[in-house]
Amino acid sequence: MNGQEPILSARGLVKRYGRVTALDHADFDLYPGEILAVIGDNGAGKSSLIKALSGAIRIDEGEIRLDGKPVHFHSPLQAREVGIETVYQNLALSPALSIADNMFLGREIYAGGLFGRLFRKLDHKKMQDVARQKLTDLGLMTIQNINQAVETLSGGQRQGVAVARAAAFGSKVVIMDEPTAALGVKESRRVLELIKDVRSRGLPIVLISHNMPHVFEVADRIHIHRLGRRHAIIRPQDFSMSDAVAIMTGAMEPPETAEAA
Amino acid sequence: MSDASQAPRGPQEFETALNKSDTRVAEFDVRERTLFDRAQHFLHGNPTMVPVIVLVLSIAAFGILAGTKFFSAFNMSLIMQQVSIIGILAAAQSLVILTAGIDLSVGAIMVLMSVIMGNLAVFAGLPTPLAILIGFAGGAGAGALNGFLVTKIKLPPFIVTLGTWNIFFALNLWLSGAQSIRSQTLDEVAPLLKIFGDSVRIGNAQITYGSILMIVIFAILWYVLNHTPWGRHVYAIGDDKEAAELSGIRTDRTLISVYMVAGLVCGIGAWASIGRVGSVSPQSFQEANLQSITAVVIGGISLFGGRGSILGPLIGALIVGVFNSGLRLIGVDVLWQVFAIGWLTIIAVGIDQWIRKVSA
Repeated sequence: MNGQEPILSARGLVKRYGRVTALDHADFDLYPGEILAVIGDNGAGKSSLIKALSGAIRIDEGEIRLDGKPVHFHSPLQAREVGIETVYQNLALSPALSIADNMFLGREIYAGGLFGRLFRKLDHKKMQDVARQKLTDLGLMTIQNINQAVETLSGGQRQGVAVARAAAFGSKVVIMDEPTAALGVKESRRVLELIKDVRSRGLPIVLISHNMPHVFEVADRIHIHRLGRRHAIIRPQDFSMSDAVAIMTGAMEPPETAEAA
Repeated sequence: MSDASQAPRGPQEFETALNKSDTRVAEFDVRERTLFDRAQHFLHGNPTMVPVIVLVLSIAAFGILAGTKFFSAFNMSLIMQQVSIIGILAAAQSLVILTAGIDLSVGAIMVLMSVIMGNLAVFAGLPTPLAILIGFAGGAGAGALNGFLVTKIKLPPFIVTLGTWNIFFALNLWLSGAQSIRSQTLDEVAPLLKIFGDSVRIGNAQITYGSILMIVIFAILWYVLNHTPWGRHVYAIGDDKEAAELSGIRTDRTLISVYMVAGLVCGIGAWASIGRVGSVSPQSFQEANLQSITAVVIGGISLFGGRGSILGPLIGALIVGVFNSGLRLIGVDVLWQVFAIGWLTIIAVGIDQWIRKVSA
């Protein structure tokens, strides 16, 4: 990639579950400012790859580097602390809590002063203001009431809250797992625009999706995962969707020109 | 990415139809709502309003039926006094139920700790304040055991606390020899243990320190649950534990702390219970665990976790007290008091289920 250094990379990742090898010396590269789509058949190991990168599983072998420095994650919290945010397929939102509470779950802002420090008092107002600001930045402020419970939002709105949370706190990388899988046509469109929006703000995105039209629309590069490893990397301009599916399922040899693993 | 403009990379063909469609995606519904819908929505946002309404209505009803006998400052303060211990246990129970758990051992922890406080102060000759502190610590420790078994050994809270309920009850009988420590003995050796039975007089009302303690405990827990991260995490865990974990909450650590705080509150309740009963009585409060659950449920906290206000169980406990007092004063047999509370519980859960079905 034009001599650029990858922001997030992995080499030789191995993850075994008993006798099943989910990741078989898989490699991965994400460059600054791009949307990298990860596609693969069911069981190809893309979930394991993503979980390894987001700290949800511990790898058996291999190395992950962020900004060229090796990192070791034992929990999603550690990945988050170095700036890798993940939007999980189930969104990881608490339905009964408010939008503001959800955005700051696990990283609350404390009130200042002696009282705040002594009694660990939350700064509700500041959290609401920041949450409102972040949603407005992403053009989501049609969600009016920041204190509304998340369960009263539509699927697309919930996705919006989860993406806004990731974009607000992800300083390095945002990983999105099937962000459009549960959405209707109109809401999918809104979320795709949101994804492009996040990229235009300079954050690189890893997008896992089964939806080829969506992948081909927004991705700058496509990482094709097969049999536990990186099978090929293609550019959406150079290949058709059916080619991508053929490579993904083994019906077609990965192209020589592609930056293969 | 300079090449982003080359290929046909825009919305899909079939999506061009969207241009003509309504572009409002994330907006509030403005459709007409029936009064019924509005009520459901209001209660969804304010789950504590149901018990408040029930409490007000029942006080009014018994006020009319039983007259001034019921509707007097003295009787009101008496109700507070009668529900104070169950109220304190309900506060502890609420914390656990908010995490989608249940604690059947609250009553057993409380009685065991009251026996430990009594034994240490009366028979072991420890200074009473030290005996009380050991009782508090013992309560927290008993809660920690529950929390450890629930999180680390991954057993269901119902089973864990069913077991520890029996274990703590057996320990209580062993330590006490099933013998009470009489009121006179406490007066001579450790009068401090009975302090929560004392009261202040305001007009005709006799407000015991135990009643005040109950209010203070609820007030503190209200603050903690609503204004500290710990409180938000308790709700999040009860709502969806996996989501809470992925959001970066240390769920196991928080859960253990919830059971510990619940145990500590039971320990504090132990001290208050000595004042309420007037003696250290190992056979008292045997159904307190179930009564505390009743108060929590009537108070509008969902047994499925994550929903409800901590102030609800306080109201719930008062409702039970009002029913018992009111029915007694109009001369209804005790068995109908039990009957009424049974129906109240079932109706409360029914209302909870109805509220949860709210649609956006």
